[in-house]
This record gives sequence, structure tokens and C-alpha cells, in this order.
Amino acid sequence: METILFAAFALATILAALLTITAPAPIASALYLVVTLFCVAGLYVLLAAPFVAAIQIIVYAGAVLVLILFVIMLLNLKPVEEKISIPWHAAGIAVAALLLLVVFLTIMSVSSLLPPASPLPSGYGTVGQVGRLLFTKYLYAFEVVSVLLLLAVIGAVALIRKPDAGETDAD
Amino acid sequence: MQIELTHYLLLAAVLFAIGVMGVLTRKNLIIILMSVELMLNAVNLTFVAVARYTADLTGQVIVFFVMCVAAAEVAVGLAILISIWRHRGTMHIDSVKLLKW
Repeated sequence: METILFAAFALATILAALLTITAPAPIASALYLVVTLFCVAGLYVLLAAPFVAAIQIIVYAGAVLVLILFVIMLLNLKPVEEKISIPWHAAGIAVAALLLLVVFLTIMSVSSLLPPASPLPSGYGTVGQVGRLLFTKYLYAFEVVSVLLLLAVIGAVALIRKPDAGETDAD
Repeated sequence: MQIELTHYLLLAAVLFAIGVMGVLTRKNLIIILMSVELMLNAVNLTFVAVARYTADLTGQVIVFFVMCVAAAEVAVGLAILISIWRHRGTMHIDSVKLLKW
């Protein structure tokens, strides 16, 4: 059962990811990205990480993708003209394939050393366990991340703010 | 067939390579931003898989932090894109080559 689910989610993830980067219109790309994110969330559930899966759907498929779709729709973005330049495309695909090959060989060479699936302690991956770790051992990192999010909000607002009437536009 | 850590690592590697391919071959800034999201997801998948097979929750906590940073990155990235759109009127990556050479 686990094998079938893994195969299904893995295939759907790869397929949707490929469609994400090949769809001509940004809106189609964004919708395929939602599918990819949902499939990855399914894999998280298989990996005994229900909390991470929930966060993935709420934050990624929810908030981040809505943000992207908002920008696409508010700006009424049309597909940009992408002239296919064969050498450039081939170079991009070659670099990606080379990277994949190197990582593939590395994983295969260490695959016998990787730990097998071990029985998990009870409560592994639940909100309580992850939250306890987050608020004890990683409390400082947690606080720093909250400051980072605040800075991101301020930065985003400062970037898209229209210049005041009296202020001269630098551009 | 038992699903091992190797399978998850290979899947994450494929997902990452697809993201790299998207960044290198597309010209639309928004799609490039989405390809970066794909790469971040590949890394998150690796973290969760290793956390599962070593029975250590730290990987899941790291994923939580990666997602927060990714959310911040998307917010600032989209703000920059809107800024580019206002000044240049296009989302083509060749319109932002001022610092190229």
C-alpha cells in the first residue's frame, strides 16, 4: 500500500513539476505548482510528518500560491514572449541533467549506508512533539524567524509603495 | 518492494533538477520564482525523509524554518517583480539586465 501511494505521489509530483516549468502561461504554471505542492504534502504524510504536511498545504498551497496568483491576476500578466534559443535551452537542460547525474551517482554510491525504515517513537511528527522542540531547543531560531517575517513584510511594502507626490521618483 | 530512503532522495533530486531547469530555461520572472519554490520543496522533502528514516524530529523543525524563509522570499520577490513591472512594463527577464556586465 505504501509503495503504491509513494509511486503515485512521486509520479504526480514529477509530472506536475515538469508541467509547471513548461506551461506557457504563468497562471497555468501556478496551478500546476499547487498540484506539485499537494503531492509533496502527500509524501510528507507517508513520511510520518502530518504537521509538516498541514503546514505545507496551509502556508505553501494556501498563502504563497494565493500571493502569486494575486500578482498574476492583478497585473493581468500575459505570457511573455519567449523566443526559443536552442543553444541556451540545451545548455540549461544540460546543466540540470549534469546536476541530476552527479546527485544520482552520489546517492547510489551511499545507498547501502543509508538507514532502513525504523519503528518510530509514539507521537512522532505530531503537532505536540514538533511544537515542543520548536519552543524549547529551537526557541531562538523561532524568534529570529519571526523577526525575518516582519522584515519581509516591511521590505515588501517599502518596495511596492508608490512614491509620495512631493518626492522625486529616482527612476 | 519496500520504500527506502534512497527512493525519497532520488525523487527529491529529480524535483530539484526540474527546478534548476525551470530557472535556466524560462524567461518569465514569475515562472522563475515558481521554479525556485520547486527547488525549496525538493530540499524540504529531503529533510523530512531523512528525519523519518533516522527517527529524529529535527528535520521537520528545519522544514518549518525553511518554509518561513521561503514565504519571506516570495513576499519580497513578488514585491520586486511588481516594482519591475511598474518601471519596465514587462516580466521578461531580459528587461532586468542593468547590472549584467
